[in-house]
Amino acid sequence: MIRETALNLVDSSMTDNQTRAAPQKEGAWHETVLATLKSNNVKLITYVPDKVLTPLIKALHADDFFTTFATTREEEALGIVAGAWMGGMRGAVLVQTSGFATLPNALASLAVPCQIPALLFVSERGTLGEFNLGQAMVCKTMRPVLDALGLENHTITRQDELAFILDRSIKQAVATQAPVAFILSPLLTGGKVFAQ
Amino acid sequence: MSHSQTGAVGAHNAKVMNRFDLTKRVVDKLKREEAVIGGIGNANFDLWACGQRPQNFYMLGSMGLTIPIALGVAIAQPKRHVIALEGDGSLLMQLGCLATVAMLRPANLTIVLWDNGLYQITGSQTTASATTADLVAIARGAGIADAAWAADEDDFDRLVAAALKDGGPSLIAARIDGKPAVATTDRDPVQIRERFMHGLGVKG
Repeated sequence: MIRETALNLVDSSMTDNQTRAAPQKEGAWHETVLATLKSNNVKLITYVPDKVLTPLIKALHADDFFTTFATTREEEALGIVAGAWMGGMRGAVLVQTSGFATLPNALASLAVPCQIPALLFVSERGTLGEFNLGQAMVCKTMRPVLDALGLENHTITRQDELAFILDRSIKQAVATQAPVAFILSPLLTGGKVFAQ
Repeated sequence: MSHSQTGAVGAHNAKVMNRFDLTKRVVDKLKREEAVIGGIGNANFDLWACGQRPQNFYMLGSMGLTIPIALGVAIAQPKRHVIALEGDGSLLMQLGCLATVAMLRPANLTIVLWDNGLYQITGSQTTASATTADLVAIARGAGIADAAWAADEDDFDRLVAAALKDGGPSLIAARIDGKPAVATTDRDPVQIRERFMHGLGVKG
């Protein structure tokens, strides 16, 4: 498998095992996300549902470590996580690409200026086989908006890099008091495909 | 049918009160380091004017997110009572949050709603609550059973005192006048957030 080969290459090139704080077991992407959130004590998960994120959302609901619930809009999800951070609880927001497009005001006027390390997970739609023009258009606005806000963001395409990127970036977000966005590519998640 | 500019159609029998006076009445009742989230504009300006408690958070943007922020604090600190001071226009922007609050049923959350039927800070355009939308009925419909209009100042005092006993979530709506806030919050978001986190004991 390509994935195993890539993992082996990364492992053999690693000289410092200390850099691998997060779990690295081979498994589904959503298992790695959940384990990395847990190891970083991220307890609150607010989300607006997304088909691709469904296995992650199900697993989070099933795990008592997390407080997980759906909100009616993405800004609401971000506001709740911002409040929880100020109250001493780490949180993450799960949305899809179109939902990200509702967030710039809340990011620019709350999370960024107040220096709140909200974690954003965006299930990437609009590329690599998108069938909905609206999703494809909104996808083109996402990275320019993130960059304009100076918001750290990573597009994650490979399982073997997932834990490292998440673990390091969550720690950086907390240490530097800045939000961070993780764009979960269809290369990682499989994405959503048009039902033939 | 006509409605006055100090709207709140849902409370047509209620007394028109003043936001600064009522904000002071809320703050004066806080004896347990309760957290207060002041919504965008006049709601947080009048909170600021009542004295800068370390447990106050003043929202400088993100219109509509007062209640979500308060909910987040209430989830993170279940032993601390949290109060959201929100305006009618802001709530109309994010009505869905009432459904989320009702679904989660945080006992330690109180929503105080200032309804003057106006987008006051942007030029006093009328909101839907001036003519047609009853925000208490909407809150009840969303599932917040303990939602009520304050008939007058004494009734407001009684409702707030009851809400602070952690039997929430509750929503207290007050019909208010169109007078501007009596002060303006210092706009320093990092300092506001930092003070708030110290006030909540999150940072030493």
